[in-house]
Amino acid sequence: MEEKLTLFKNRKRFGLEKNIDLIFKNTTLTLSSLVGIVLFGIILVVFFQSFESFSRYGLKFLVTSEWNPVKDEYGAFTAIYGTLVTSLLSLLITIPLGVGTAIFITEDFVPKFVREIVGSFVELLAAIPSVVLGLWAIFVMEPFFREFFVFLHKFFGWISLFSSEPAGRNSLLAIIILVVMLLPIVTSIARDSLNQVPKKLRNASYGIGASRWKTIFSVILPAALSGIMAGVLLALGRAMGETMAVTMIIGNSNAFSWSLLSPGYTISSMLANQFGEADGSQVSSLFYAAFVLMILSLVVNIFAQWLVKKFSLKY
Amino acid sequence: MIMNSLYYQKKLSRNVGDKFFTSLSVFCALIAILPLIFVVTYILIKGGAQITPELFTLEPNPPGDDLDAGGINPALIGTLVITTIASIISIPVGVGGGIYLAEYSNGGPFSKFIRFGVNVLAGVPSIIAGVFIYALIVSTKILFGSMYSGLAGGMALSILMLPTVIKTTDEGLKLVPNELRYASLGIGASMYTTILKITLPTAFRSIATGVVLGIARAAGETAPLIFTALFSYYYIVGFEDLFYEMGSLAVLIYNFALEPYDAQNKLAWAASFILVISILTVNIFSRILAAFTEKTKRV
Repeated sequence: MEEKLTLFKNRKRFGLEKNIDLIFKNTTLTLSSLVGIVLFGIILVVFFQSFESFSRYGLKFLVTSEWNPVKDEYGAFTAIYGTLVTSLLSLLITIPLGVGTAIFITEDFVPKFVREIVGSFVELLAAIPSVVLGLWAIFVMEPFFREFFVFLHKFFGWISLFSSEPAGRNSLLAIIILVVMLLPIVTSIARDSLNQVPKKLRNASYGIGASRWKTIFSVILPAALSGIMAGVLLALGRAMGETMAVTMIIGNSNAFSWSLLSPGYTISSMLANQFGEADGSQVSSLFYAAFVLMILSLVVNIFAQWLVKKFSLKY
Repeated sequence: MIMNSLYYQKKLSRNVGDKFFTSLSVFCALIAILPLIFVVTYILIKGGAQITPELFTLEPNPPGDDLDAGGINPALIGTLVITTIASIISIPVGVGGGIYLAEYSNGGPFSKFIRFGVNVLAGVPSIIAGVFIYALIVSTKILFGSMYSGLAGGMALSILMLPTVIKTTDEGLKLVPNELRYASLGIGASMYTTILKITLPTAFRSIATGVVLGIARAAGETAPLIFTALFSYYYIVGFEDLFYEMGSLAVLIYNFALEPYDAQNKLAWAASFILVISILTVNIFSRILAAFTEKTKRV
């Protein structure tokens, strides 16, 4: 009996087959570690390329808004401010809109196939390339909103956000096109989180006499909150890095202005605009700006992942 | 009179509130579907009107000549070439990496780190991929002394595709029931035979769908191409063109949308038409396929 077992244990595969197996495993291992290498590669390369500018301007780069290739003076405040303002304001509009749509899709106000159509329409919107949205924004959206902006400036000009004459391409248009791009992300993640809330919770709430919207506000939304938050953070990361549509419609001006109706800049639109023609220390400064953008989006993304892990629904 | 409280009372504050919020939610949904309808309608109308046979065969004329903008042949071929290069790089790497994560890793720190890295890489702004390839390949002229090239553009796109491919492979393989693996290993197959002959073919459809959607997404990416592949007005004729500037539909739309000339703008609409129609077709088709698979599974 003993002998037989050891015999069984010792039965080996052919050397060749074993080697192939090992080689296959190690190949896949190498390929998967490439992800880590690429990620570190990106961070290191962008950091080292920005080193010249970093050692010259230090953190002053982040708070001055002079960008003058002729005088060789660089500061990215306008672009950083533009990135933060456009992404945060667009998110502020997208959150209620996206969550409202997600509630519409997960509740049963209308028959299921209507909700499915709405859901897939919103998801297909995410498939439209950003450059096409930019084209659409230039030729369709901008003329559509022109009168409205004039009105906005006339009646709300006393608010610093609307204090300048509306320019043909401006930050507010960039915010609107960002809303269009963020809507699918927020909606689909909010919908998934709402769908994950167990039916028991809803029935319990109905059972003690709560109305539909009392249930949604007091039971369903709080239960789905962590997922929605993570989706919102992912959308924020997308908004900060979004390049093409914003570049095409924001007007690309480095002159700092509080007003949303004047042309602006974001880090990514600055990169898209200047990288091709830059030379000398301008390249290094652009890399510095790219590094700032990368750190911003990394922080937001990592925080979103942490949030998902920490608060993922456990019912 | 006493029974009144059992009937639905329209004016009760909870019912009024419910009506209000329901209509608010319907309103949100209406706004949410408007952009797609408007964008697609305008592209169909403005772009569809420009579709002629010459569009597919001619080179674009340099801006300034307002009479005739030419065609988009180089950009169309360029998009095909660049996305093919990106696929050739990212599909083997992504599928291989996904196989390791799903089949070999045991949830240790390495696989946790790689999965985390995949998510982080997916969140890296697309323009950063362009900046990275610019620093690594374009400015160093490492590719046989060529600077801007279709090859560099394809590499930049492959960085964006990589997380998608790994994720879909990982998730597709995880859905394969373990019994299949046990059965294969039980009759004496090695790990690699099991993966290549059993698990990978089983998960093929979901992986293929994810990869195709990833390719469709990459085909519309512009930001990583504008300073890696740049743009070209000329036909792509041979293999050596890979090492020179290469046009693409996406960059053509970007460049020509900002031109002050009407002829170029029209060309941008035509390119958008082709790009959007192909991307939407792929998306809708994969959606139908997924729904069909689910239905057959339920039966």
